[in-house]
Amino acid sequence: MEKVELERVASQVRRDIVRMVAGVNSGHPGGSLGCADFLTFLYFDVMKHNPKNFTMDGIGEDLFFLSNGHISPVWYSVLARSGYFPVADLGTFRKLSSKLQGHPSTDKKLPGIRMASGSLGQGLSVAIGAAQVKKMNKDASFVYCLHGDGELQEGQIWEAAMYAAANNVDNVIATIDYNGRQIDGDVEDVLSLGNLHDKWQAFGWSVLEMDGHNFNDMNNVMQKAQSLCGNGRPVVIIMKTEMGQGVDFMVGSHKWHGVAPNPEQLANALSQLEETLGDY
Amino acid sequence: MKDFEIFGNKDTRSGFGEGLAELGRTNKDVVALCADLTGSLKMDEFLKENPERFFQMGIAEANMMSVAAGMTIGGKIPFTGTFANFSTGRVYDQIRQSIAYSQKNVKICASHAGLTLGEDGATHQILEDIGMMKMLPNMTVIVPADFNQTKQATLAIAKHNGPVYLRFGRPVMPIFVPADADFVIGKADVLTEGTDVTIIACGHLVWKSIEAAKILSEKGVSVELINMHTIKPLDVQAILKSVQKTKCVVTAEEHMMNGGLGDSVAQVLAQNFLAPQEYVAVNDSFGESGTPMELMTKYGIDTQNVVDAALKVIARK
Repeated sequence: MEKVELERVASQVRRDIVRMVAGVNSGHPGGSLGCADFLTFLYFDVMKHNPKNFTMDGIGEDLFFLSNGHISPVWYSVLARSGYFPVADLGTFRKLSSKLQGHPSTDKKLPGIRMASGSLGQGLSVAIGAAQVKKMNKDASFVYCLHGDGELQEGQIWEAAMYAAANNVDNVIATIDYNGRQIDGDVEDVLSLGNLHDKWQAFGWSVLEMDGHNFNDMNNVMQKAQSLCGNGRPVVIIMKTEMGQGVDFMVGSHKWHGVAPNPEQLANALSQLEETLGDY
Repeated sequence: MKDFEIFGNKDTRSGFGEGLAELGRTNKDVVALCADLTGSLKMDEFLKENPERFFQMGIAEANMMSVAAGMTIGGKIPFTGTFANFSTGRVYDQIRQSIAYSQKNVKICASHAGLTLGEDGATHQILEDIGMMKMLPNMTVIVPADFNQTKQATLAIAKHNGPVYLRFGRPVMPIFVPADADFVIGKADVLTEGTDVTIIACGHLVWKSIEAAKILSEKGVSVELINMHTIKPLDVQAILKSVQKTKCVVTAEEHMMNGGLGDSVAQVLAQNFLAPQEYVAVNDSFGESGTPMELMTKYGIDTQNVVDAALKVIARK
């Protein structure tokens, strides 16, 4: 897809995010806005997938797992805009009996979701398990997963990192949303990750870095990531983003991690985001 | 009381190992994951025959549970193997979110459960696992009674679509379930019919209850003994049918009194048919080092405790 088209989709996704969160006065806009460009890029330009005929097993398709489940608004929007379910369903986000639970789940059968997430640190292991089965099934597709940077404080991430490298799980491409923020403040202050690049490298992964708001850079880095697959090492992309990207009063602050805009703030945010595909 | 034929003496974990090996030969979708306890879980034979379907996870149980959940996507049936303590308490959140809530077809196979792990002591003697697992929606909880039944249960859970917790143990115990018995998940086995007292037991306490029933029989007490190998879904009809006849019940398990089989039975009785109940279970206490049989005696889950509980509950009718 052309860069200008991806930008148009991402703008609509950002509108969806702030409207969904404001609509129920709850949810996580900051990280969602920060990953809007990446998930748009992944679903509209990278992944081989079949939105019209979703299957749990996803044989022959690329798979995606959202490990930092709290940024569900961006995933729901991208799934709907890709055609997994009607965009009108976005209006049910976090409401009683909705398939669009606060954090992603499978129990209400929302197409596009293969695993519940929300409790952090589990998605890398899940992705690795699914990737190993793809190998057993001689399925050459990729498995993608996305993680928060704060999430890397969970010990299970590093169990999974060790395991994947030791077992040459080289068909998984993990991306870290490296925005440097978490609920209580900057990641550096809450619990520093130290040298993240060197940590992943020491764990035996191929490490790439990318600008999560630059479609050209994402395209180049993702092609490189795919080319590194099959070489015996799993691949991780440290993706620099800004929490709250696209809305001037939210950008770059941890304060919008899990706070919804009020009606006035919503109007302000929407005035900054072009309606390109029609609001739900 | 009828005599039970004894078919030998073996540990229940070996029944799991034989069942898993058989699954390796008969079901190509079965994969096995183990957290550095292949020999203890008796998974060696599966590993030897199916190295491409065996995953050595190292000492990283949280990763193991979530990897297993991921492996269901694409059609595999993962069996995880480690001690019961590390299969439940250590990884409860992984099981809750990625397996139970996500309704993944993972079989959590847990050995060395309860006091009969023995000399390793309380750090490893989990007595809360049945409670933790039965509280999870979507989870099936099975505690087979002997070697043959553990093998049969291992085969049965591969055919059941959904999360399962299968609990077994380490000590060598008599085998009394025939090798060709039918194992139906959720259907209790009535081992002896009687009229004075119902004894409902699971796991190693089924054998202890058989011994107790013989002693009671010699005292002229007519015992109805039920092997409740499936804790969830519970065979409510079997419980009610028996207790409506005997009007009292003893539950016997190698587990904490809080949250085990006994509480599940009490819930059924409270809602349907009031009858006095006595628990044979560990009473709010951690275990300690000792031989399995010493520990069962010290912590009140031995044959004599079942006898005493039966006489007590009959007197309360």
